[in-house]
Amino acid sequence: MLARRIIPCLDVKNGRNVRGVRFSADKDAGDPIALARRYDAEGADELVFYDITASAEKRDIVGKLVRRVSEEVFIPFTVGGGVRTYQDIRTIIEGGAEKASINSAAVHTPEIITQGAESFGSQAIVGSIDAIRRSDLDQIEDVRWEVVINGGRTYTGRDALEWAEELVDRGAGELVLNSIDADGTKDGYDIELNRMVAERVDVPIVASGGAGGPEDMYAVLSKGKASAALAASIFHYNQYSIAEVKTYLAERGVPVRPKIEIDLT
Amino acid sequence: MIAIVNYGMGNLRSVQKAFEHVGAKAFIVDRPEDIDAAERVVLPGVGAFGDAMNNLKTAGLIAPIVRAISEGRPFLGICLGLQLMFAESEEMGQYRGLDILPGKVKRFPEGQRVPQIGWNEVRIQRDTSLLDGVPDGSYFYFVHSFFVVSERDEDVVGVTDYGIDYASIAGNDRAFGVQFHPEKSQDAGLKILKNFAEKV
Repeated sequence: MLARRIIPCLDVKNGRNVRGVRFSADKDAGDPIALARRYDAEGADELVFYDITASAEKRDIVGKLVRRVSEEVFIPFTVGGGVRTYQDIRTIIEGGAEKASINSAAVHTPEIITQGAESFGSQAIVGSIDAIRRSDLDQIEDVRWEVVINGGRTYTGRDALEWAEELVDRGAGELVLNSIDADGTKDGYDIELNRMVAERVDVPIVASGGAGGPEDMYAVLSKGKASAALAASIFHYNQYSIAEVKTYLAERGVPVRPKIEIDLT
Repeated sequence: MIAIVNYGMGNLRSVQKAFEHVGAKAFIVDRPEDIDAAERVVLPGVGAFGDAMNNLKTAGLIAPIVRAISEGRPFLGICLGLQLMFAESEEMGQYRGLDILPGKVKRFPEGQRVPQIGWNEVRIQRDTSLLDGVPDGSYFYFVHSFFVVSERDEDVVGVTDYGIDYASIAGNDRAFGVQFHPEKSQDAGLKILKNFAEKV
């Protein structure tokens, strides 16, 4: 049976980790490769590198990071954060990442999803949606979640559910749903948002934003119908290990990939 | 040496790096003579079956691949590479494959999320050197919308459940194919690549 995935997200700037204190005593604390290797050893099913480099050399920096990761970590990984052009996607995929995650650029230029999927296959193109919940008072027609971009600063007036459908129609092979309301709260994922989108599209859904502990992951992977749960802080700050999360899930009947010792010598 | 066949179907760098990680030298090649010179041949690939066969044909790579297998040189198809080993595919029209194994390639039935993306379990059906030290029930990383249906039970080496049971490892003698990505399947996948480089 297909396992539900647990995905740590690493925030990277100029090729260095910018979040997390768990290895502060370690000289490699800022090295994303060192952190990636530890998550891999702990049983992470996949990794997401969220690149927030804002310089003109961004693409070179990302390309270098991707190549380094693919030489040392043998699990799938996705790169997101400011992926704007076909050339950006190409740098990421040809460097050895499985997937490029596209957010704001898809809203501005939806063709980038189509073009990316045609060139690299749907499995390589992740549609990333930042969604914010509309209260009843300020609802525009029937929009319950609105798509926001530029890190939540710009409202687009788009319905997140319809946008999810369009991204999939254009060729996105997976969607990341990041709840802006839940992000950083540790109060749990937006279960309803995940479930609504999962029931509407056929591609796997990765839940993001709000993870405070294993119970939140359990909720979004069961009731929320997500295929994967992404988290940053709870892993970076050592609140929970990936193994603890997986044990919790397995005890409640969620299929997860168990850790198996294999002699590689 | 191990030749990784480049025929324009996806990124091969990860496969090469994974072989290097387990101490095997692997080269990305795209000429028929490089395949003829190789001790072991790996055919990776993601994308459409029809495009893949066209690319192989245009580059003159079909004959050297079939030759390598018939001469008993170890062969490993990965993902689309496994599917190409079969006789035919019904992916967007009918296409002929390399016809190394009898059977065909079909699309997952309605009712499952397609593509299957993620880690799934392989139940080992028989012993082979390719799987030495790989525990039954190990998980591997899959990304695919089509699966192979083998005509011969003895060609089915591993089975995976995605709504239906299908062959996730197939082959015989020294020619095998895996539906998953061993280069992205952590230690279980690396072990298979190491076995392929050293034992098959």
